[in-house]
Amino acid sequence: MRYHTPESFEDASAIAAGAEGVTRYLAGGTDILVQMRSDIVTPDDLIDIKHIVGVKEIARSDDGGWRIGAAVAGAELGEHDGVGADWPGVVEAMELVGSTQVQGRATLTGNLCNASPAADSVPAMIAAGATVSVTGPDGPRKIAVEDVPTGPGQISLVRGEVVTAVNLPARGPGGGDAYLRFTPRTEMDIAVVGCGISLTRDGDTITSARVALGAVAPTALLVEAAAAALVGGTLDDGALDALAAAAEAACNPIDDKRGTIRFRTHVAGVLARRVAKIAYDRAGGAK
Amino acid sequence: MALDEYTEQTGGPADEIRSEFTKVGTSPDRPDGIDKVTGRARFGADAYAPGMLHGVIVRSPHAHARIVSIDTSRAEAAPGVKAVVTRADFADGQSGEDWAVMENVMAGDTALYDGHAVAALAATSLLEARDAARLIEVEYQILPHVTDVDEAMKDGAPVIREGAADNSVPAGMHPNVVRYHSSGHGDVDQGFAEADLVIEDHFVTAATHQGYIEPHACLATMGGDGRAELWCCTQGHWNVQKLCAATVGIEQSKLRVTASEIGGGFGGKTTVFVEPVALALSRKANKPVKVVMTRSEVFRASGPTASTSMDVKIGMKKDGTMTAARGVFRCQGGAFPGAPMEFTSMCAFAPYALKHVSQIGYDVMTNRPKQAAYRAPGSPMAAFAVESVVDELCNKLGLDPIEVRLKNASRMGTKASFGPTWDRIGLVETLEEAKAHPHFSAPLAPGAGRGISCGFWFNHGGETSVTMAMSEDGSAQLMVGTPDIGGSRASMALMAAEELGIPYENVRVTVADTASLGYNEVSHGSRVTYASGLATIQAARDTVRKLCARAAAKWGIDEDAVTWQDGCAVPSGPNAGDFDPLPIDRICRVMGRTGGPIVGHYEATPEGAGVSFATHIVDAEVDRETGATKVTRYTVVQDAGKAIHPTYVEGQFQGGAAQGIGWALNEEYVYGPDGRLQNAGFLDYRIPVASDLPMIDTVIVEVPNPGHPYGVRGVGETSICPPLAAIANAVSNAAGVRMRQLPMRPSRVLEALEDQD
Repeated sequence: MRYHTPESFEDASAIAAGAEGVTRYLAGGTDILVQMRSDIVTPDDLIDIKHIVGVKEIARSDDGGWRIGAAVAGAELGEHDGVGADWPGVVEAMELVGSTQVQGRATLTGNLCNASPAADSVPAMIAAGATVSVTGPDGPRKIAVEDVPTGPGQISLVRGEVVTAVNLPARGPGGGDAYLRFTPRTEMDIAVVGCGISLTRDGDTITSARVALGAVAPTALLVEAAAAALVGGTLDDGALDALAAAAEAACNPIDDKRGTIRFRTHVAGVLARRVAKIAYDRAGGAK
Repeated sequence: MALDEYTEQTGGPADEIRSEFTKVGTSPDRPDGIDKVTGRARFGADAYAPGMLHGVIVRSPHAHARIVSIDTSRAEAAPGVKAVVTRADFADGQSGEDWAVMENVMAGDTALYDGHAVAALAATSLLEARDAARLIEVEYQILPHVTDVDEAMKDGAPVIREGAADNSVPAGMHPNVVRYHSSGHGDVDQGFAEADLVIEDHFVTAATHQGYIEPHACLATMGGDGRAELWCCTQGHWNVQKLCAATVGIEQSKLRVTASEIGGGFGGKTTVFVEPVALALSRKANKPVKVVMTRSEVFRASGPTASTSMDVKIGMKKDGTMTAARGVFRCQGGAFPGAPMEFTSMCAFAPYALKHVSQIGYDVMTNRPKQAAYRAPGSPMAAFAVESVVDELCNKLGLDPIEVRLKNASRMGTKASFGPTWDRIGLVETLEEAKAHPHFSAPLAPGAGRGISCGFWFNHGGETSVTMAMSEDGSAQLMVGTPDIGGSRASMALMAAEELGIPYENVRVTVADTASLGYNEVSHGSRVTYASGLATIQAARDTVRKLCARAAAKWGIDEDAVTWQDGCAVPSGPNAGDFDPLPIDRICRVMGRTGGPIVGHYEATPEGAGVSFATHIVDAEVDRETGATKVTRYTVVQDAGKAIHPTYVEGQFQGGAAQGIGWALNEEYVYGPDGRLQNAGFLDYRIPVASDLPMIDTVIVEVPNPGHPYGVRGVGETSICPPLAAIANAVSNAAGVRMRQLPMRPSRVLEALEDQD
């Protein structure tokens, strides 16, 4: 195994593009190091991106959103007042990952690129309309978060491409987001179902919404029918019923040791209702 | 305690039970505390030796498969590899449990479960060893398998091993039923006829693991002359010595075993898994070999507890009188005999004085790892089934759950469900304390439920040897042979200090190795504070007699005329003479020229371990939309006989409740249709984390055990007997539907709620 410490994303990309065999990027390492220890993957090239300038920075972008460097740890994100004020759902989702120790290392970018269908931050980022910035052999580009994972452990980036940052859009007035997951334990667990919702209000009326589900399909899902159930209404019981029905209809889960199809589908509807209420209250100014 | 080691405890020494103390009953810091919180304590994996190799074990990926061939040639040629062993490198000709341990430690002709060891190798680095292990080629012929206890008893189920049954098993049973138990008294049919309400139900529990933090680990050194040393984490190093000697084929005294600090055992470290393998590798490589299990190996190939399938029937009159009880308990303990079904049977109805009672147990083999003891083996499952039925009877008849239990409670002089007549026991006292506790009368939140359960454990004595050596400055060095799994060094030091009349800090307690002390049975059966404690007190009293003799010689009076008071020899009365008290340090300072070193000792197999009862109160809430449960309040009331170190007694109470919460709500061995374990790690084998637990309140009841000089009863195991039932009763009462299967994971609770609607 070759261990690389490039000082720029261009160098990182070049190393990856020229590598043969198994290549992995190392930021927080909370997935890759565990996988290496468990003999799940043994990289031929391990590219540590933590030495790249700015990789651990959170910055306001020109459009009023946030640019979160690829190696920003969950604990750093959690302590950042600006991001937490704009996107509490994204922050609370990231903070559910692992333990206090893991939070000191784990990153949004890693949580996305590990491509687990149950990754907590991913439905929250999708709901928020987040994108990732990518550097690669054909130059930089931006990809919507929902377009990054293509299946369990699989992503759409091509050889030589590397994620440099996560971009959260400007929150704008009357917006709120939230994330909840269901786990058998209170913490140190993996989502049986996860749900992220972001919406905007004009008075009591919902003017836009994005609903995302995790752990109910091979990748996290953006559920447009569920969002449609919310937009134009005031989150009355009828809207919540329609939301839950749309969420359940979108589920395509598996039966496994962590949950049955029946259970996951049912809980997706339950969580969608609960998350929508929190996001709605936050959009209305609740803390 | 191992199944073949339970003997009825018949009574203890004739001494009066002491009740006045100056040190016993206080809670000083544990002597091993600083080492443990600073990382200085040395656990199983913390030993190193010059030239040490690292051993790795190759395990079967199949639930049941004949081993056609093993080709080790590529592994032997791999970089760094110094030795490869298979079954041929171990001794043969064992019988009984020695044979079962040998077969479990390294498979012979057949791999009997997913994770069964089939070969091992040692290399200069762990990485080399792991790489080389992949080069060992095992050809398997896959056989049909069975992992479920009920399936394994059915006609046509795959046979784990023909001829494994002993002669207790009734004719016509499937060969997987290997042992049978039946006990009770009276005529249960007559008793059921006298009842106003009879409830019979079926209950199921999953196999669970002890979940100790520290994986099995050892460092073995063995030469060509057969002399060997072994460092390992274990609950009983003499048993390790015995089992290793039998499996590698040496005399026991050639092997010296030292017990490391231990990161939890709960019964799971009462036998051997990797130790004989490390010794065989060391012998072949002629180098020290260290073997450390991964967590996955711990789950797949150490000793979880039995899973069960149980039927319980109880009759009750309208006034709460229980008229009869019958239980059938089917326990699977993996691919070898030993599931604790007789304990399950015997503990089931122990809290109740029943005129008519019958209990039947079946020990069933399946393609799972060989079960090991887990904290009161067999009892928690029995309590789950029995106490659930009692709760249902109380609900249906509109009776108070504590009053009903008090009405039927076992007391001194009543006949136990499994035979003997009770001596002094504390069940009624725990029920009275529970009834008086504010928890029992606290209002419940809407949608919450409360559960009550009693629980019983035998406790155990066992072979015990203790030596106390005095230092010249009057401090004492106590050598015990029972590894400290629950703060026992603190308890021993308190008892020794109490007898000698010296400060607690002046007693150093060491867990001695097998070459330094007489035989000691394993730290199991909640026996350590009872048996090693009793031996410590007697060794201290032996020391005091010798100290008094030195004073008598100095004063020129009879030894009988000297007594011991507050750390000093004093004349026993005015007639004995007028001498100033002679302190312990002044006696010891000159011991070299007044008769030589002063050493006290005691060796015995004490049989007066008092049984122990507990009553638990649990509140739980159920999220009716997701099936998630939350234990919101928990109170343990248990008879400790006499709490030597009350804080550690409370710790044992809380630890049992915490493990019980995991067992009741989320922990289970999950096997796929291929017979492979699906959740060999702490992510998907869900022991509770801190935030899953409420504050666990404790009440220590002290009904002295006549078999111990201070009245001690073991406390380590009884605390896990009531939780499964108490939590199930709380959840069932909150949900409004009876939960008859563990764990009560959210999907199971939700399905029960949906089926109810």
